[in-house]
Amino acid sequence: MTSLRLLILAGGLLGGWQILVLITGIPPFILPGPLPVAGAIVEHWQVLLKHLNTTLIEIIIGLLIGSLLGTSCALAMVVSPLLKRWMQPVLVISQAIPVFALAPILVLWLGYGMASKVAMAVLIIFFPVAASFYQGMRRTSPDLLDLARIMDARPAATLRHIIIPSALPGFASGLRVATAVAPIGAIVGEWVGSSGGLGFYMLHANARMQVDVMFAALTLLAATSLMLYFSIDYLLDRIIYWETKQGIAP
Amino acid sequence: MKPGRPGEGSVTAPAINISGLRLRFDSGKTLFDSLDLAIEAGLTTCILGPSGCGKSTLLRLISGSADFTVQGSISFLPESSNKVAWMGQDDLLLPWMSLIDNVMLGARLRGEITDTVRRKAQKLIARARLAGHEDDLPGALSGGMRQRCALLRTLMEDRPALLMDEPFSALDALTRVKLQNLSAEMTRGTTTLLVTHDVMEALRLAHRIVILGGTPVRMITSLQLTSPPPRQPDNPETSEHYGPLLQLLLQEDQR
Repeated sequence: MTSLRLLILAGGLLGGWQILVLITGIPPFILPGPLPVAGAIVEHWQVLLKHLNTTLIEIIIGLLIGSLLGTSCALAMVVSPLLKRWMQPVLVISQAIPVFALAPILVLWLGYGMASKVAMAVLIIFFPVAASFYQGMRRTSPDLLDLARIMDARPAATLRHIIIPSALPGFASGLRVATAVAPIGAIVGEWVGSSGGLGFYMLHANARMQVDVMFAALTLLAATSLMLYFSIDYLLDRIIYWETKQGIAP
Repeated sequence: MKPGRPGEGSVTAPAINISGLRLRFDSGKTLFDSLDLAIEAGLTTCILGPSGCGKSTLLRLISGSADFTVQGSISFLPESSNKVAWMGQDDLLLPWMSLIDNVMLGARLRGEITDTVRRKAQKLIARARLAGHEDDLPGALSGGMRQRCALLRTLMEDRPALLMDEPFSALDALTRVKLQNLSAEMTRGTTTLLVTHDVMEALRLAHRIVILGGTPVRMITSLQLTSPPPRQPDNPETSEHYGPLLQLLLQEDQR
């Protein structure tokens, strides 16, 4: 059902795009129709794939490091009130400074390679993951915590068996948001300074007025982001089985 | 109905002794002022009272889970038996754990899962007619099954005293009666303090009923029942005391 819905949605968007181009008569160097863009994808497939690979690796590494840092930070804040006092301002600052403004500095510090783009993705991913996981843990039912205390639970066991699982649905929402915005960090990083990736290739095509190629890169990026989002969504549904499955424990 | 005097009852071996309990909130309201109550060992004591009379607060104070500063004392006899097991209105089952893991939650949280614990849990599950559902997640269980699971989790703790805060109030009438029967059977011989607002439930399950009321809250009266629980509605004690107890509660509620 989801696949059918996606297919109808994609068909509707492409159809609407084609109709818009036909009705308004916008020249192809401003807005090419979906057919020329599809043609550009086929024609430049090898190059696009190479750059897509670079961007995808940046996003995935960024997601892994950002999620790891975000969850570690949230756990540290829950476990230690002292760490919480020190880390909460860092968490806020990580959102107060516009990440895009940091892009040139990150490129300056980490170079034109993958590291600066990964760092951008990490900065974007860190906050939603850390904030959602931390809030999820903080919102653990006080009744459950009372029950654990009455049962003489070990603090580590309470964290592992009650607090962390309670926070997983909230964490999953944060990770879904992070996955949706992660490509932004990588692409902005590539725009500022890089020698590869879809962002770099879009700038390259823009300089040569190859608008259809720009749209081809954009289309691939959107498709990749969508694929990544649904992969994470699928994985999270398996991890948080009790939210979707009402049957036997795995 | 032959009520005892406040603070009195035919108490022989109190398991929990509440003496001169005083609780005053920051707002200035005094909930308890020198409350005395003795909970007998091995019997079920039901606390009845109108809404807001501090029944649940009293239970939380005994369990040690209330963050209030109180005066007076809550002592356990013997002193070493100050461990309680808790069952509330919400089943508090962990949705990510199977039924058997929920039953063994206390042992898991203390890192004490052994084959003996597992065998004991399986025995209890069979007694509660939940065999075959060991691996089911709580989401797949009915309300009655969930509450039975919560009861088993409480009993698994093997604590000297059970504190039950309106544990059956969210169930439909038929399931409630079944659970009350199961609870009476499985908690026999264990010191149990049951808070309820249901007169019939108190009359079905209690060896002794304590009525709280007034401002500040005090023990209005206590009633010792002689026939063994669970009592059926046609039990002479049930029919004798239901009306007067309900009347007393209504009077307290209107004050």
